[in-house]
Amino acid sequence: MANEFVTRGFVGKRQASSATKTQRIPPGQHEVKDFPVLSAGPTPRVALDRWSFTIEGFVREKVSWNWDEFLKLPAQQFTVDIHCVTTWSKLDTRWTGVSVDTLLEHVELDPRAAFVTAYTFEGYTTNMPLPDILNGRAFVAYEYDGLPLAAAHGGPVRLVVPHLYFWKSAKWVTGLRLMDKDRSGFWESAGYNNHGDPWKEERYTGD
Amino acid sequence: METEADDVNRAMMLDGNAVAGRFAALFGAEMTTSLTECASCGQDHMMGALLAFTHAPGVVLRCPSCEAVMIKLVETPRGVYLDARGAAFVRIAR
Amino acid sequence: MNLPLQWQLATIAAVRSETPEVKTFSLHLPDWMRHRAGQHYDLRLRAADGYEAQRSYSIASAPETEGQVQLTIEKINDGEVSSFLHEVAVVGDRIEVRGPIGGYFVWEAALGGPLLLIGGGSGVVPLMAMLRHRAAAGSRVPTRLLLSARSYDDLIYREELDALAADGSGFEVFYTLTRSQPSDWHGYSRRIDAAMLATVAGPLGRTPLCYICGPTLLVEAAANGLAEIGVPANRIRTERFGPSGS
Ligand SMILES: Cc1cc2nc3c(=O)[nH]c(=O)nc-3n(C[C@H](O)[C@H](O)[C@H](O)COP(=O)(O)OP(=O)(O)OC[C@H]3O[C@@H](n4cnc5c(N)ncnc54)[C@H](O)[C@@H]3O)c2cc1C
Ligand SMILES: [Zn+2]
Repeated sequence: MANEFVTRGFVGKRQASSATKTQRIPPGQHEVKDFPVLSAGPTPRVALDRWSFTIEGFVREKVSWNWDEFLKLPAQQFTVDIHCVTTWSKLDTRWTGVSVDTLLEHVELDPRAAFVTAYTFEGYTTNMPLPDILNGRAFVAYEYDGLPLAAAHGGPVRLVVPHLYFWKSAKWVTGLRLMDKDRSGFWESAGYNNHGDPWKEERYTGD
Repeated sequence: METEADDVNRAMMLDGNAVAGRFAALFGAEMTTSLTECASCGQDHMMGALLAFTHAPGVVLRCPSCEAVMIKLVETPRGVYLDARGAAFVRIAR
Repeated sequence: MNLPLQWQLATIAAVRSETPEVKTFSLHLPDWMRHRAGQHYDLRLRAADGYEAQRSYSIASAPETEGQVQLTIEKINDGEVSSFLHEVAVVGDRIEVRGPIGGYFVWEAALGGPLLLIGGGSGVVPLMAMLRHRAAAGSRVPTRLLLSARSYDDLIYREELDALAADGSGFEVFYTLTRSQPSDWHGYSRRIDAAMLATVAGPLGRTPLCYICGPTLLVEAAANGLAEIGVPANRIRTERFGPSGS
């Protein structure tokens, strides 16, 4: 009964997108102009002189970079659309960072490596099939819109995997663990989809 | 450098009491005065006193003593997921 | 209450302006249930295409006011739900609500005191319910309210609070105005800090029962301040409203 009640005059804060942009908005999403902060905890404060980024797990030898070394890696600019599972999408976001392909050039993958878990400074994890972060589809960003990435948005660095829902783009990321089996992360173990393709609306487990 | 005072994430933090409605709807009982124990640090708190983060894909409840994640709650079309591995126990009053 | 909480359709019976940014909505409920001072209702808005927004609002009225509940809501710039309620909703409109909710941030006359209430902006709302209940129940528990607002005109319920403070029941009110003050202002004019808390809490002894409510960062500051002046943690209850108003 009350379940279908529509509130008179309520449309919400959502904006209508122009026709050309509508095609870039996946089903069930709406465009936002601001950059909402999603928050599962207080912002961790990461001292750059103690920061490092590691690739480990099913690799022949793990590799780590400190902050200065990481900044020396070949960087690229990315302009991508991002889609948060809480139903907002933001178009044409501009980032600077290092492609995951570039990072993986520094390790020799074990042939059994088929999945990856991104882990972060404060204990968040998220899992993806390995191919989803290869071939220019994922990068580790340290600048947003020409400025150092704000801590609230995941600075000093966050993973960005724009073709999957944005919870896969782990804020405060400090490493990638290659795995032979899929292992559900922070939200994936609590009802969210292991893959999370916004164009297929893979929001929840079983979608 | 941002300071703690302008931490947007912390400014969005609520109390467990703020999700009392969802818990009452799920458990059929008032839950905010229920006792729960943090599995990380062993401190006991009332559910209403946990730190609640709701601007997220689900609700995250953290321990007010050590800020470890105690409980996650996700409502999906096919069911409600309750991940309480960070809580040693939750006492549901009767 | 052992039934799962149900949504019901409330009707807006009256709207009253409290301050330039704050209105009180009186809701008539088909299934009114007596609440406890400090509890809240959840409110849900739905657009024609199914899009939903849900927020919590504290009950302002005393449990003794039967058949209806009053919610006092501050308009947040760009706020999805609060601006809708301020700008679109009118008397006669129906809104989905569920409640009363919560048991942690609750005060009843039987809990005694002495009582220290600390509010910032619309954080005074559940504290007002406690004060209205205290008056309706004839309680004389020594009680002090410290209320922070941006300016004199932003003080919600000021006339009613001043009247309650003059009725000889042992209630005192203290204001602090953080942004602008009238020329003849005698109250505080800074953010809540430990020194202010020590002065206001002092006469209530070492272990007042404390309720703090308002924007999250104000609640944090006040809770830390009370800890600093030695109030035990188990005497302090908080209700954080989020970033609004900070
Ligand atoms: C238990 C409880 C009781 C409450 N009682 C009352 C009450 O009695 N009266 C009252 O006025 N309010 C009360 N509130 C606050 C209320 O629930 C709403 O939060 C408030 O009305 C704002 O909602 P909104 O939809 O208008 O604004 P929103 O659209 O939610 O935005 C609110 C503000 O937060 C910022 N914000 C929101 N989300 C984000 C984000 N993801 N990233 C960055 N910034 C963000 C916005 O920019 C804006 O400044 C209560 C809250 C709780 C938890
Ligand atoms: Zn703990």
